[in-house]
Amino acid sequence: METSPSISAIEKEIIGDFSMFETWEEKYEYIIDLGKKLAPLNETFKTDDYKIKGCQSSVWIHSFEKDGRVFFEGDSDAVIVKGLVSLMIHVLSGHTPQEIIDAPLGFIDEVGLSSHLAQTRSNGLRAMIKQMKLDATAFKLKG
Amino acid sequence: MASTLPYDVQSIRSEFPILQRKVKGKSLVYFDNAATAQKPKQVIDAITHYYSHYNANIHRGLHTLADEATAAFEASRAAVQAFIGAKQHEEIIFTKGTTESINLVSNAWGNVFLEAGDEIIISSLEHHANIVPWQMIAERKGAVIRVIPIDADGRLDMEAYKKMLSSKTKMVSVVHASNALGVINPIEQIIQLAHQHGALALVDGAQSAVHLDIDVQSLDCDFFVFSGHKTYGPTGVGILYGKRHILESMQPYQGGGEMIKEVSFEKSTYNELPFKFEAGTPNIADVIALQFGIDFISRIGKAAIRQHEAELLAYASSKLRLVEGLKIRGDVEEKVSVVSFTIEGVHPQDLAILLDNQGIAVRTGHHCAQPLMNCLGVVGTTRASFAAYNTIEEIDILIEALNKSLKMLK
Repeated sequence: METSPSISAIEKEIIGDFSMFETWEEKYEYIIDLGKKLAPLNETFKTDDYKIKGCQSSVWIHSFEKDGRVFFEGDSDAVIVKGLVSLMIHVLSGHTPQEIIDAPLGFIDEVGLSSHLAQTRSNGLRAMIKQMKLDATAFKLKG
Repeated sequence: MASTLPYDVQSIRSEFPILQRKVKGKSLVYFDNAATAQKPKQVIDAITHYYSHYNANIHRGLHTLADEATAAFEASRAAVQAFIGAKQHEEIIFTKGTTESINLVSNAWGNVFLEAGDEIIISSLEHHANIVPWQMIAERKGAVIRVIPIDADGRLDMEAYKKMLSSKTKMVSVVHASNALGVINPIEQIIQLAHQHGALALVDGAQSAVHLDIDVQSLDCDFFVFSGHKTYGPTGVGILYGKRHILESMQPYQGGGEMIKEVSFEKSTYNELPFKFEAGTPNIADVIALQFGIDFISRIGKAAIRQHEAELLAYASSKLRLVEGLKIRGDVEEKVSVVSFTIEGVHPQDLAILLDNQGIAVRTGHHCAQPLMNCLGVVGTTRASFAAYNTIEEIDILIEALNKSLKMLK
């Protein structure tokens, strides 16, 4: 676990992956594929308690702590959003609460997904990140 | 007068600067007209012209600019009066939108006339703007909201409505054409039945005013509300039509300048209609520009636009029906130019994202009608809505983009 890559290293890796896509179709096919491959979330967590408010689609995020690190799992009923959930889990899961809280997440802009952060989208990426950081803060306080 | 020339959609398009825009490198296909229509150049120019030439506060100043601004502002009131066939210009109140118009009535009428146990009837097709204001006043007054149910295609259950009416019914507030589905309600009958039971009738014309011929006198509705921005006018302007004697019996909605006759610290007396309901400096520029949106509709002719939109709707519906797993929601004869659909196994949000990447603007989600979505048993729909400037070619682009999106999502 000590040797796992940092958040910024993972962000760099994602920017590298996305730089290979020449068209928007390739980019979204990749995100859709991530969504389809995301490990299913246990049905017991698909409740209002884990649902992120303010999304046009349903998004659920469950977090837990192990050995001082926070882990995330999640799901959505929309596959592109599920792909974004997968991407965020890949970046943030398995790090310390402080690392998660401090993560600037500049890759979202660099890979051309910042439109998903627009307030009008209500599609959850912004709300998703906020929830993940809130969960990390809660674990830090419990610390 | 409406033109008798053949419908020249290219010439109409040239009046709308925004239609030249590229989105994600593609020519914009704008099918979100039920949310807001694009603006012809004369509307945009009217706003600039007002601020560049005669910006002044209205109704009070004794100078040339104030005179010109007041005349232009009141010309818009006259244009709206003619547009919906109101008897008197004093019956036209400017608000900031349909939502504010309904809130004005629910408060200014409800505060005076609603009592505990009274009933307000709305329908399952309502936009949140025609639900929440009634819930708020009902809660304050101890009144009860009753809801006319719909069938699977979004038609109102008129028999259920008839049974709901009683001497307790004080207000029937129903949408003319559903924003989410496009379904047109039998509004004349709804109003008539309300009146037979001594209730008032408010018509939410947000979606109908731009498409259908509106004559509030022959409809005999007590209130008719709509928004300027869906009728090719600017945002921030709404209209409340009310029968004069009813408006006069209501309390003012907000207090302030413009709406008073005399003010002392002990008591104030209120101004006459329509100013009684127009407290403060209104949205002068946008109200003035609204008459040019109405002028655009009158110049092309509502009937000609309606005919064009009906062709677009029929073509789009026939093409959409060929898409596997697609179901048109509210698939009835009597509709404004809105097609709302769901596709089995496809979330509307995924579709919207992929269509946006192909330069197409549609609306997805619950369309501010969550109770309706619950009635239909869907999380949301994808809605394409057509206006005077849309073309058959754009529908072909939509269908092609839709099929491509579905392939990507499979």
